[in-house]
Amino acid sequence: MNINENSADLITLNNIHKVFHMGDVEVRALNGVSLSIKQGEFVSIMGSSGSGKSTLMNLVGCLDLATHGEYILDGVNVNEIKPKKIADVRNQKIGFVFQGFNLLARTTALENVQLPLLYDRKDRIKDHNSRARQVLDMVGLGDRFDHTPSQLSGGQQQRVAIARALIANPSIILADEPTGNLDSRTTIEVMALFQKLNEQGNTIILVTHEDDVAQYTRRIVELRDGLIVKDSSVLNQSSAINDLQLLEKYGSVVGRIA
Amino acid sequence: MNINKFVIAAMKSNMRNKMRGLLTILGIIIGVASVVSLMSLGKGSQIDIENEISSLGTNLIMIHSGSSDRGGVRGGMGSKPTIKAKDIEYLRKDASALKYVSPVIRESAQVVAGGKNWNTSIYGVESDYEAIKSYEITSGRFITQKDVKGRKKVALIGKTIVDEIFNGNDPVGSSFRIRNVPFKVIGVLDEKGTDSRGQDQDDIIIAPSTTVMYRLGDGVTIHEIVASAVSESQMETAKEQIGALLRKSHRLGDNQDDDFHIFDQTEIKERATSITGTITLLLSAIAGVSLLVGGIGIMNIMLVSVTERTREIGLRLAVGARPNDVLIQFLIEAIILSVIGGFIGIITGLGIAYAIGTIIGSSVVVDPKIVMLAFSFSGSVGVFFGFYPARKAAKLNPIEALRHE
Repeated sequence: MNINENSADLITLNNIHKVFHMGDVEVRALNGVSLSIKQGEFVSIMGSSGSGKSTLMNLVGCLDLATHGEYILDGVNVNEIKPKKIADVRNQKIGFVFQGFNLLARTTALENVQLPLLYDRKDRIKDHNSRARQVLDMVGLGDRFDHTPSQLSGGQQQRVAIARALIANPSIILADEPTGNLDSRTTIEVMALFQKLNEQGNTIILVTHEDDVAQYTRRIVELRDGLIVKDSSVLNQSSAINDLQLLEKYGSVVGRIA
Repeated sequence: MNINKFVIAAMKSNMRNKMRGLLTILGIIIGVASVVSLMSLGKGSQIDIENEISSLGTNLIMIHSGSSDRGGVRGGMGSKPTIKAKDIEYLRKDASALKYVSPVIRESAQVVAGGKNWNTSIYGVESDYEAIKSYEITSGRFITQKDVKGRKKVALIGKTIVDEIFNGNDPVGSSFRIRNVPFKVIGVLDEKGTDSRGQDQDDIIIAPSTTVMYRLGDGVTIHEIVASAVSESQMETAKEQIGALLRKSHRLGDNQDDDFHIFDQTEIKERATSITGTITLLLSAIAGVSLLVGGIGIMNIMLVSVTERTREIGLRLAVGARPNDVLIQFLIEAIILSVIGGFIGIITGLGIAYAIGTIIGSSVVVDPKIVMLAFSFSGSVGVFFGFYPARKAAKLNPIEALRHE
């Protein structure tokens, strides 16, 4: 079921519970989720709204802490980290990609990409500029480094955001509905980029509610009412590159899905 | 963690929105500019007033004769000529707190030269008078003690007399007559203008005391003694010494009142200084309030900015900013803004002060302490009013901040 059967788990979630208190009402967002993800995987987390996928995403991204349960990220037990240091875990181990890109306005791509390095207390990367150019090259925007978000298309903005996620060499890339604001062609382009990054060894977790998008990943975890109801490998992983070629030829990829 | 990186980040952030930044610091600019300009103008006019008072004479002490009492009818001040020439000798010899002493014999008379005549005051004085009254001489020289001893018929004349009698020409060396006594002009007094009572201080002739006393006066009366204390701090001592010496000289018993009056200008000077000081302080307090309002302006815009930038803050938190990092960044942004505002305010304030000073003809005195105070105050305004918005930003929940529309 897994491509790296022998390698150690990068992420281990053990019987995770998350309970929110909205006034008197108790909302059980996660009801005992256990999940392990290995180095190099490309996982999509699916589910309808209210299924708990966003909550799971926030926990995995160390933006929130579980009520019960154990979360081990790259050998670090997140539950035992001091609240002050949790920001450093996000900085070093996680690269976020958001639906709304969240780039700083009136700021060049080069500077946007460097933002996480500002908060790296260990200063692991010395030359911010050349590293930023390197990751912009990786996402295919090497020639647009001095463009501000308003001068870039949606797909290009999301690529800048992906470059930003890559800059600090994170253990995992966490993408929350990264194609939600993009048209279908740009969606495939961005998914092609993710596939390329995955082939280069990056571990990617992607939250989506679109089946098409999930088909580009290697493994689908489906949530419902705070529980994992399905966890399976993608049998016929779509190749975004091929789909782009189809799109060039026929102006549509509908044929493939049908 | 390197604070420089945050300073640079905060500067970039401020640069991204120049208009907002300018509006934010407008209040600080106005506040600092008004404090600096008002304080500089206030200090300047205070010094102007002090100078004007000193121009009447430095550390001046005046002694007038007592009043007469003939059969129950009491004359006014100076009606009884109690001051004698020997009093001046005593004061000069024994009053250690006095630097200069001179008698003043005042006569009013018609002066004639060429075809012109003019009624004016003639002051009979000794050489010390020049220093006591801070006279400047435009040409010629002042009276010497030799002139006094020799009862020389020489005189210095004021600008008004030069204009009225000598048609504005340099009169040094020329002759004129006072009550048919011929005098030679030895000097011209520099213009003093009108005094605070509207009296023309240039309508005056100065001559040796002895000449005036014996040639023009009654040969006895000394209207006044003027003297200078060695320093401002010695004024009281000088007055006490004068009192004691004159009582001794006039042989007054313990139960007898003084037969003379001593005046000085400390009181008038103090009052003038305290009035201008109070006005300056009051105006600066008002200006200080505007500085405070400016600070509140910074807080307002920073608060709006925090709301506006909620997603940015969420992003910063997500990519690894600790809440303290966000706090420091916003605080630095506020401080940079207010320090820039303070700087512009100082420049503007100085400009305004010099412009107004030139227009109304008042001196401008820039006190570096005031400038530093205004500057550091604007910095503290940044810290104080920047802290609340910065803390609000730091306390944001990253999940909610990222979801903020």
